[in-house]
Amino acid sequence: MENKIKLAHGNGGEENNELISKVFYKAFKNEILEKSEDAAVIEDGKLAFSTDSFTVTPLFFNGGDIGKLAVCGTCNDISMMGAKPKYLTCSVIIEEGFSIDDLNTIVQSMKKELDNNGAIVVSGDTKVVPKGSVDKIFINTTGIGEILKKDISSNNITQDDVILVNRDIGTHGAVIFASREGIALETNLKSDCSSLYPIVKELIDNNIAITALRDATRGGLNAVLNEWANQSNICIEVQEDNIPICDEVSGLCEILGFDAINLANEGTFVLAVKKDDEKKALEILKSFNKNASSIGIVSQKYPKKVILNTQWGTSRFLDIPTGELLPRIC
Amino acid sequence: MDSLNLKDLYDGFRDPQVITSYKKLIDKEAKKLSKPISIMEVCGGHTHSIMKYGLNQLLPKNINFIHGPGCPVCVMPKERIDHAYTLALENDVILVTLGDMIKVPGSLGTLQDARAKGADVRFVYSPMDCIKISKENLDKKVIFFAIGFETTTPMTTALLHQVVKQDIKNILFYINHITVPEAMRVLLDDDTNNIDAFIGPSHVSVVSGSKIYDEFSLKYKKPLVVSGFEPVDVMESILMILKQFNQNRCEVEIQYSRSVNKNGNLVAQKLNDTYFIKREHFRWRGIGDIPKSALKLKDKYKEYDAEVIYKDILPTKIIDDNKLCICGDILKGKSNPIECKVFGTVCKPSSPLGSCMVSSEGACAAYYKYGSFLK
Repeated sequence: MENKIKLAHGNGGEENNELISKVFYKAFKNEILEKSEDAAVIEDGKLAFSTDSFTVTPLFFNGGDIGKLAVCGTCNDISMMGAKPKYLTCSVIIEEGFSIDDLNTIVQSMKKELDNNGAIVVSGDTKVVPKGSVDKIFINTTGIGEILKKDISSNNITQDDVILVNRDIGTHGAVIFASREGIALETNLKSDCSSLYPIVKELIDNNIAITALRDATRGGLNAVLNEWANQSNICIEVQEDNIPICDEVSGLCEILGFDAINLANEGTFVLAVKKDDEKKALEILKSFNKNASSIGIVSQKYPKKVILNTQWGTSRFLDIPTGELLPRIC
Repeated sequence: MDSLNLKDLYDGFRDPQVITSYKKLIDKEAKKLSKPISIMEVCGGHTHSIMKYGLNQLLPKNINFIHGPGCPVCVMPKERIDHAYTLALENDVILVTLGDMIKVPGSLGTLQDARAKGADVRFVYSPMDCIKISKENLDKKVIFFAIGFETTTPMTTALLHQVVKQDIKNILFYINHITVPEAMRVLLDDDTNNIDAFIGPSHVSVVSGSKIYDEFSLKYKKPLVVSGFEPVDVMESILMILKQFNQNRCEVEIQYSRSVNKNGNLVAQKLNDTYFIKREHFRWRGIGDIPKSALKLKDKYKEYDAEVIYKDILPTKIIDDNKLCICGDILKGKSNPIECKVFGTVCKPSSPLGSCMVSSEGACAAYYKYGSFLK
């Protein structure tokens, strides 16, 4: 591995995976960690446990802010194990000179999002560091949830499953990218940032046969599909025109030369459910967002690979994204 | 115009029915061909489209795509990337460039590496943003590392024009603009070439017109169609080429008539000529020296030329690619990425050995990403 950390090491793709496996997994190696789930399942499958740190520029964006993100992120990871988020910790590292009004706004959005999950913050920590030591504010949350439905795992997907997504993809990544310096595109697009627990609860309450759930954060839908193909040793075949992408996101992708499937999400998740429950699951998802869609099937055509089929009969592999996401030159 | 959405501009050009209809017409026309033909798409953008949409999978066996040298990031020699790296690490410099240039390794590292070492490296979508950066950083020199073919040259020219007009003192230019026809000529002058026809990139001709290709039909007897980048555009262009063969024609035709004509954008051409002249020669990565194939600032504007101002610190060593890399042959259309021994093993987008893997528009990167071996 190269000897300096680059932005690409945090992209949710290949370099990121390499860093995690060669540094952290190597040192911390244990059975629970190696399952590589969104949240660790502990105490004989009773509890889900997860942590996440949040840094985002800008701190306030269309559809949310870093506070909302910090609660959604951890609660969503817990929900993806079929668990109800219950207790969170909250650590903040604040740069000297940061506005207290902004801090209040951020904490208020955290509170609001905690309520949406029925969770509470039970422990916290605050550090203030000299100007320049962090970029405005970094937030870490760690959470514990009570598992409502056991054995949801990204390692168990089979040909009996179909792949669904709960809404149109890529809005968070698109919003953040559009506001980056050097791009400055104006858009009314809103980040998808939201809590997924209410949807997961509805699915569980209706006894949907869920095999796996994963929220498509960094690396986007593409990363989730590739991780699943790898972890479950399956081939996932996706029908391109079934992937829901809104006009604003596809427009932005056209301008910058991106693929929406690689863009980050903060309230979008992928589901593997048993074929028999496809219709019922889709109905529930659609009651939350009409763009929910069944996007693919599982096969053994090319194990550990994801195939994208076009409407005109051609196919290609979807490879895990590499490098920093950058606009094409022409 | 309120109701015009961006997607209206491309939706019809990705219509499955239209694509399938073109496939049928191409199949029919291809049956009449007297011999198999190889069509070179000159531009990396076309390679990317062809692989992304899987258009190669739609063509009959007697039509073959060969991938040309038209990826500006790919053909940038390592020594020039070293120059960018060196400039970026200068104390008072902000190095600004376009998109994926910052991922490309020279012999010293990538611009990302330079950034990790503390250099101020930024990418912009529009070079004009350099003006804003320069005004916010009056104590720094903003060096625009300009890259691209005829397509992006006017963007650099427009920035330069403003810099001169507004007398902005802290924006400098490092010019790498290259031109398409000279490279095509080198490929055709090689007797062992196997190119039967060309697809020319539409965006180049929006600026330069289709006239820049006249010599290829007249002198070299190769049909050429100036094509758009959407799947329907490419399919229609293939059909136009096949018809030229079957009707014994050899012409430069314009498929992308939505914004290309014979003469191109004369205002842009004139402004380019105000500031730039041809270099005597330019070394293309993987291909070698090509005479008159690139631009540089005229002497008159040398006060804006980072290549002149920083001459003493820029490394002069010429750096060749790894011997195992066959990018030279790939760029000339003589080999296919999957024929390369290091393709996908040692040489990957995250650790490219040669030019065709460095940018998403390079042939190897497109093969790697989209897995063209999928049938």
